[in-house]
Amino acid sequence: MVKKDFQILSGKSIELISICSAIILWQLVAVYIVQNKFYLPSFTDVTFAFVGIISKDTKLGLFGLDYQLPVLLVDLIYSLMHFWIGLIFALVIGIPVGMIMGWFRTINRVVDPLIEIIRPIPPLAWIPFAIVWIGLNPIAAGFLIFIGAVFPIIINTFTGFKSVSRVYVEAAKVLGCNTDRELIRYVALPYALPSITAGIRIAMGVGWMCLVAAEMFGVSRNGLGYKIWHHYYLHNMDLVLVYMLLLGFLGLFIDRALRYYIDGKLLKWRKGVVI
Amino acid sequence: MGKVKVVNVSRKFTKDNDTSTLALDNVSMEVGDEDFVCFIGPSGCGKTTLLRIISGLDKPDEGEVYLDGKKIESPGPDRGMVFQEYSLFPWKSVIDNIIFGPQMQGIKKKDALKDAEKYLKLVGLQQFRDSYPYELSGGMKQRVAIARALANEPSVLLMDEPFGALDAQTRNILQQELLEIWQKKNITILFVTHSVDEAVFLADKIVLMSARPGIIKEIIHVDLPRPRDRTSLEANVLRERILKSLLKEQTR
Ligand SMILES: Nc1ncnc2c1ncn2[C@@H]1O[C@H](COP(=O)(O)OP(=O)(O)OP(=O)(O)O)[C@@H](O)[C@H]1O
Ligand SMILES: [Mg+2]
Repeated sequence: MVKKDFQILSGKSIELISICSAIILWQLVAVYIVQNKFYLPSFTDVTFAFVGIISKDTKLGLFGLDYQLPVLLVDLIYSLMHFWIGLIFALVIGIPVGMIMGWFRTINRVVDPLIEIIRPIPPLAWIPFAIVWIGLNPIAAGFLIFIGAVFPIIINTFTGFKSVSRVYVEAAKVLGCNTDRELIRYVALPYALPSITAGIRIAMGVGWMCLVAAEMFGVSRNGLGYKIWHHYYLHNMDLVLVYMLLLGFLGLFIDRALRYYIDGKLLKWRKGVVI
Repeated sequence: MGKVKVVNVSRKFTKDNDTSTLALDNVSMEVGDEDFVCFIGPSGCGKTTLLRIISGLDKPDEGEVYLDGKKIESPGPDRGMVFQEYSLFPWKSVIDNIIFGPQMQGIKKKDALKDAEKYLKLVGLQQFRDSYPYELSGGMKQRVAIARALANEPSVLLMDEPFGALDAQTRNILQQELLEIWQKKNITILFVTHSVDEAVFLADKIVLMSARPGIIKEIIHVDLPRPRDRTSLEANVLRERILKSLLKEQTR
């Protein structure tokens, strides 16, 4: 068992060396060259800040709940809440819109120009309207994440649906699958699934990127993104870095978990396809 | 029962406003129950178009097609089709591909599976029950496509160059298997091919078509006894006759 672990480790030796060297370099630059905690906290500063904050508790006051929980956990819960509000709305709206656009050509011609005009507007440009329309609450943060996430989902669903080969549709028709509803359900959707899931992955990436800004304008007193600004105002740059790294690792983890799930469960049939 | 009647069918493809192709020009023919009919003719003479019209995937501009006296308006489970391209659903395993048709008819999955095993056996692929299409060779894919078409218990099987992409040896084997299936299932088969050899080996009737506009030029009855010998003298004579006729088509 230990031997096997060791083998896995030694198989990843180059990656490990790369990460370790980066950390050592960071430490050296911070301690000997920059010599200023405000401009660049060192690796050890960040580690101590992390250890320090891990043991701090705060109150989770969500939905009338009243628990004492570690600060980091509360921040995480808030951020995931913002994130999922946005993502779920993006899925619920983006997938059907993309499906309908991909399947019905006329509807595509109606909707496509609108989407092409709205899509290039950066999600953060919506902040004023998010506040005006929704107010300073978690839904407003979710709205910004929704704006960032919905377009990749629409576009990938649309592309997947549009590229359904004629031969599969005709084969299904000959086998007795005749209505649009059945053809979408049994042919187009499974065919487009790889493209849709790729869109969801992109959407989750974009949504995660929007998180910091979405929490910045004070929708709640907690959240990983909010805390970056909070600690910046307090000039705790080591804690700013702690939260930055947490955002990075969580983003990585979410992406990996999703990919593992998709490749393992959903897309067995794609093994033969070179992407 | 599987009597197909094609009455004065014309099909014109119009591109832009001025250029158009007359793919089928006033084509009429009848196919008896349990006949094996091969269509042969130069590329672009409308073989695929005719088959698609019979399947219901395409509509004639003029004329009608009947199956057992009933006018064909849309695709239906009484007509199975095997396409020239590989058409298995890549996201479904072999067995799930085969039960797709029956499930669309509303047959319960359990019953559909039981039947499907039968068709899987008919094409000799029990071992590959749970494989996905990407794990199959070209010949195996077309076998599954045949099983999938048969699972709907059609009275007519339409096949558009189903073995066109296969090597000669696999082709010969599949031709043999198809004949056995045809005799066992008592169905009518309409089979498009480019190969004179294939037509002479398989068909009761060979329909020679000519291009632009696509018309039926000649219908040849093949009286060779079955099982047929590919190298027999009679087969050779027939092949030569068809080849000559096709050659005339091309140099016309
Ligand atoms: N969807 C279409 N749109 C426009 N023209 C078409 C279409 N389908 C077929 N045609 C034209 O109709 C004619 C007959 O086509 P068809 O596919 O039936 O030929 P074929 O006999 O099957 O040829 P091949 O042996 O090469 O498969 C061709 O000239 C082709 O260009
Ligand atoms: Mg053709």
